[in-house]
Amino acid sequence: MAARRENVEEIRNRVILGEFGVTNVHTTDFPGNYPGYDDTWNVEKFQKNFRIDVVHLDENSMEFDMVGIDAAIANAFRRILLAEVPTMATEKVFIYSNTSIVQDEVLAHRLGLIPIKADPRLFEYRNTGEESAEEEGSEIDTIQLQLKIKCSRNPRASKDSSDPRELYLNHMVYSKDIKWVPIGNQADVFADCCIGPVHDDILIAQLRPGQELDIVMHCVKGIGKDHAKFSPVATASYRLLPEITLLEVVEGEKAERLKQCFSRGVIDLEDINGTKVAKVVNSRLDTCSREVLRHSDLKNVVKLGRVRDHFIFTVESTGILPPDVLVTEAIKVLVAKCQRFLNELDSTAME
Amino acid sequence: MNFDLWETPTVQADGADEGCVTFVLHDEDHTLGNSLRYMIMKNADVEFCGYTITHPSESKINFRIQTRGGIPAAEPLRRGLNELSDVCQHVLNTFQARVNEFKERQEQPME
Repeated sequence: MAARRENVEEIRNRVILGEFGVTNVHTTDFPGNYPGYDDTWNVEKFQKNFRIDVVHLDENSMEFDMVGIDAAIANAFRRILLAEVPTMATEKVFIYSNTSIVQDEVLAHRLGLIPIKADPRLFEYRNTGEESAEEEGSEIDTIQLQLKIKCSRNPRASKDSSDPRELYLNHMVYSKDIKWVPIGNQADVFADCCIGPVHDDILIAQLRPGQELDIVMHCVKGIGKDHAKFSPVATASYRLLPEITLLEVVEGEKAERLKQCFSRGVIDLEDINGTKVAKVVNSRLDTCSREVLRHSDLKNVVKLGRVRDHFIFTVESTGILPPDVLVTEAIKVLVAKCQRFLNELDSTAME
Repeated sequence: MNFDLWETPTVQADGADEGCVTFVLHDEDHTLGNSLRYMIMKNADVEFCGYTITHPSESKINFRIQTRGGIPAAEPLRRGLNELSDVCQHVLNTFQARVNEFKERQEQPME
């Protein structure tokens, strides 16, 4: 009976990586599935088992562990980070003059993808109702940016140079040439935080003498579901914590080969009584390539799996908002979704 | 009885049994659907809970709940939404506390 109990624990808590497939993938701990287990939702048990560990945090990316939560909710956070956290991005591009060789629509597309450093929480969504009446947009929902640049010949270039950097002035249009034009009271409200592109060195177009760009852009608030330009993360992903168990003692040359099968730093060789014995040091570093299962003498020595409720999140921000702010916003979006339906339920219950 | 969840009429109740109801949630997808399904399945009174996306071009889901013992289906739905909301709140509090802790720990070596 003890062996079966262990097997049940394994089915409940681990995803098994086999030679030909991955098994035990689905969450099965629902009430009634396992006799003797009470799987009903228990808030105290959840709060006791739940923990978050921040591994790395800087202004552009963060890595943190979320332990004790189910894949459905972790995935909901990931999906919201990618598609439902709002940001500001260029939506309408008014091209007054474009004599460059980049087509209007291609240029407009590129301008839309440039991340704009503006806190989206300080802006409202634009009312999409009457387009013609609200064309200009107001100070609470629009940011106006201008790109006005003209390429000319450099009078001080030497006669026989062929380097465009010497011959021409303003021949490369970078995102640093985009200037913010405050409308309404934005100049006072956003006096200290400079609104503009996040990065200065994004190449937008190349010009030659006589070509110019005269463009006005309106940025609005949107979500990634609508267009990927509104996504606030370069990417957000998670992986499950790998678990490597050695089923028998592995020594000598076999241990050496075992070490080569995993990523560096996962398996270490300890010196015990003169022989090198393999030991799992840090399974977190493993990329789970299952290379060890390709070797017939090594595949029965090791059990590969993943811990089902331990998520290692990696969030890379585009620079608009710091990654920890993005995660808090994503969690708030999920709370807002639940609230929306609760309010609907309450209002229909009144009838 | 009609449950209008977010504008358009929804409900298909099987006859007189209030315990078996299909809710149509508009403007939703797997993000809320799967997480809500998990929370409602954890309720011992629920006999069946599942959701489908009717067509990928339409953003709505059919969310079905069947309860045991004649409990009206709106009740586990409401409870699931509340519990999911509480889970998110707890995750938020824990996350913010740990991030602040991490930031403080980073400041200390510099002093």
